[in-house]
Amino acid sequence: MQPAVEFRNISKAFGPVQANADVSFSIAKGSIHGVIGENGAGKSTLMSILYGYYHADSGQLVINGAEQKIRSSLEAIDLGIGMVHQHFMLVENMTVLDNVMLGTEGGFKLSKKRTETEAKLREICTRYHLDVDPLAVISTLSVGAQQRVEILKQIYRSAEILILDEPTAVLTTQEIASLFDILRLFKEQGKTIILITHKLGEIMEITDQVTVMRAGRVAGAVATRDTSKEQLANMMVGRPIEGNLPRKPHAPGAPVLQVENLQLKDANGVQLLADIALTVRAGEIVAIAGVSGNGQSELMEILSGMRLPTSGTVTMEGKPLPFAGRSNADGLPATFRDLGIGHVPEDRLRDGVIKDFTVMQNTVFGYQDRVIKRGLFDFDAIAKRCAHLLEQFDVRPKDPNVRIGLLSGGNQQKVVIAREVSASPKLMLVGQPTRGVDIGTIESIHTQLLRLRDEGVAILLVSTELEEVRALSDRIVVMSGGRVTGELHIDEFDTTRIGLLMGGMHKS
Amino acid sequence: MKTTELPRWASGFVLPVLNLLSALLVSALVIHLLGESPVESLQILFNSAVVNPEGLSYTLFYASTFVFTGLAVSIAMKAGLFNIGAEGQMYLGGLGLTLAMLSFDSTLSAWLLIPLAIVASALFGAGWAFIPGYLQAKRGSHVVVTTIMFNFIAAGLMNYLILKMVPEGDQNPASRVFDDAAMIPQLSTWLPFFGENTPLNLAFFLALIALVIYWVAVSRSSWGYKVQATGLNAHAAHYAGVRISRTIIVTMLISGGLAGLAAVNSILGSTHYLSLNFPAGAGFIGIAIALMGRQHPVGILLSAVLFGALIQGGFDLSLEKPNIPQETFIFIQGLIILFCGAMENMYAPAVLKLINATRRKG
Repeated sequence: MQPAVEFRNISKAFGPVQANADVSFSIAKGSIHGVIGENGAGKSTLMSILYGYYHADSGQLVINGAEQKIRSSLEAIDLGIGMVHQHFMLVENMTVLDNVMLGTEGGFKLSKKRTETEAKLREICTRYHLDVDPLAVISTLSVGAQQRVEILKQIYRSAEILILDEPTAVLTTQEIASLFDILRLFKEQGKTIILITHKLGEIMEITDQVTVMRAGRVAGAVATRDTSKEQLANMMVGRPIEGNLPRKPHAPGAPVLQVENLQLKDANGVQLLADIALTVRAGEIVAIAGVSGNGQSELMEILSGMRLPTSGTVTMEGKPLPFAGRSNADGLPATFRDLGIGHVPEDRLRDGVIKDFTVMQNTVFGYQDRVIKRGLFDFDAIAKRCAHLLEQFDVRPKDPNVRIGLLSGGNQQKVVIAREVSASPKLMLVGQPTRGVDIGTIESIHTQLLRLRDEGVAILLVSTELEEVRALSDRIVVMSGGRVTGELHIDEFDTTRIGLLMGGMHKS
Repeated sequence: MKTTELPRWASGFVLPVLNLLSALLVSALVIHLLGESPVESLQILFNSAVVNPEGLSYTLFYASTFVFTGLAVSIAMKAGLFNIGAEGQMYLGGLGLTLAMLSFDSTLSAWLLIPLAIVASALFGAGWAFIPGYLQAKRGSHVVVTTIMFNFIAAGLMNYLILKMVPEGDQNPASRVFDDAAMIPQLSTWLPFFGENTPLNLAFFLALIALVIYWVAVSRSSWGYKVQATGLNAHAAHYAGVRISRTIIVTMLISGGLAGLAAVNSILGSTHYLSLNFPAGAGFIGIAIALMGRQHPVGILLSAVLFGALIQGGFDLSLEKPNIPQETFIFIQGLIILFCGAMENMYAPAVLKLINATRRKG
């Protein structure tokens, strides 16, 4: 049978950067094909070429046996190629139905088309077990449901080849399971699925074939049943990954952070955090495990001074943090930094960096008042410090004057971590340090955090990845629904038990 | 890397020049349609605005005002605030300056009086920008809307106040003329080259100093860093410990103060009295200058001189060519805003292609 998609010697360069070099492989019709690789390995570029965003410098694209020049995403859609982006392309305040119709309205009057489309959507939903109400407004839907809308959109436009870019990055475990059920159903119906991910577990679970990319080239292509996680990881980074990073035995010092009876309500009186109590001591990593959206983000915001709690006490080295008597948190993060609290925020691009600032400018972000000489920036010192950080944390490229928005996610994260570590904090708040970061970088970030712990820094880590929690933490606090549902030592690590606590099964 | 972008020399220099040339090209077409020769018109314009020393003096005089309004709009833009209200703030700046003059020009010496008037103009301009800034910072009222409204309020208020200031028996809607002692020296006093009694005055140097201070504050101080962070990403600025509402209010105060200072050149350096509608659109031209100069001090200076030259040259052009009305300048100004502001990146893809093509060859 002829393959659904065939890449033949595809090359694409952006200026001096060779994003794809001589990429050739084919994707069988009716299969689930995984494409994995580190950030910057060229997977997104390759998919963008397939979807008509970019044009290859050389090479051919063969779709269903015929060579095609895809000049725009419109032409890709005509060829039956659909793409579900990592960041959804949905109009938040419109209904599912209107979002699906957008671009295919086909006339001035909407009512007739709307009735038709709604019927067709319901039919698709039943056939593919997609649990979506066509009349729901997007902003009221969960992330998982929004993703189903994106998939629905592609099927409605009769996509036969579906590209999914990091589809599970924002999903809960249950949502991932149901997404995979949907994908399996697609496969049964003869559709072809291209799954871009960096999660090896997912590749092993659902794909038939895997193509591994490294530095713009195909580093390996294997049938999933003939390979293993370890082999794939090795192909991806080109060297074996250490399963467990070495660390000294858990020997905590004095309590650094103590939280008692912390409450947070939003403007509508909804309880976001309830009765939170936890302690982090010097020289230990306490991980907060939980499905995202269960109060972890709010807790980190409070502890970093970005948000005021409704009530409760938080002490740092025995002294209460200065929440009292404030009506807003404007400027409070600066005070917290001065008290020795470092913060790697979980949403890097929203909070952690300014995309349009250079790497060098971003290395002083938050610490801009500490690099002053005679009232003005001490650029010599800043440049020296920046060069040192780029070297020490292996940021690539080592160009201090490039805009940080042009760096890959992993390298942006290295800059953030380098900046926060170099301020020598006593307490380090770390939110999702390896989200959207490739395996090679994950290891280097984990090493840095463990080194910091061994130096006696108290670290509070929020992670939704249990593997990360296991690799780093000394103690684990599980949160669900804005409450702490359980606490355990790393020696008691037990996936099932943590899973139950994450699901809200209380300790009592 | 997925995105490729223009190098700084291209986005900062090549694009503005291309945009400007496009605006001039369309202007030439219109002049042609009006039945005049574009080449000859350009010659007249250039001669009268730059070559002729007296004309050059006027060009730089206008430019001095525009530097201040351009800086006012630029600093606000750096903080992500679109201050449309430089016109009204300059108007109020003129009021502050005039009140200082009317109260003290017979008692204080020029050495005290002139600095006092300068400070008063800045304070009044800043005061007029404070309310929009405060409302933006604390209440989220968009500064575009409030500053536009404050222009109208300023116009009404000043109308009322100036009519109260008209000396008895005078027909002109303006305050009395200030005492001669309080005049800022004109450059022609020392440099006869500029022609007799042309209005270019020491405020020109004040404008240059303001440009330098602006450059230092924006690119070398942590304050400017925080202002830009706020403008680019307020979430991240909050994370970095920037006090967002204070930054917004302070930036608006400085913006309004700069707009107020524009009155120093027009009143203290030239007319010497407060007259109805004296800013004459300089505040709005400041928006064009900030956009065209990309909020960079060198760009602001060059754009301010360009607009000064267009006013001066356009005026002479309309005298010499009866087919070309005086309003042509406003038309050209509009085209420049259209090409440099609204369509500033029109040529970016083409320039990028060209650069990539030459690099591949080279």
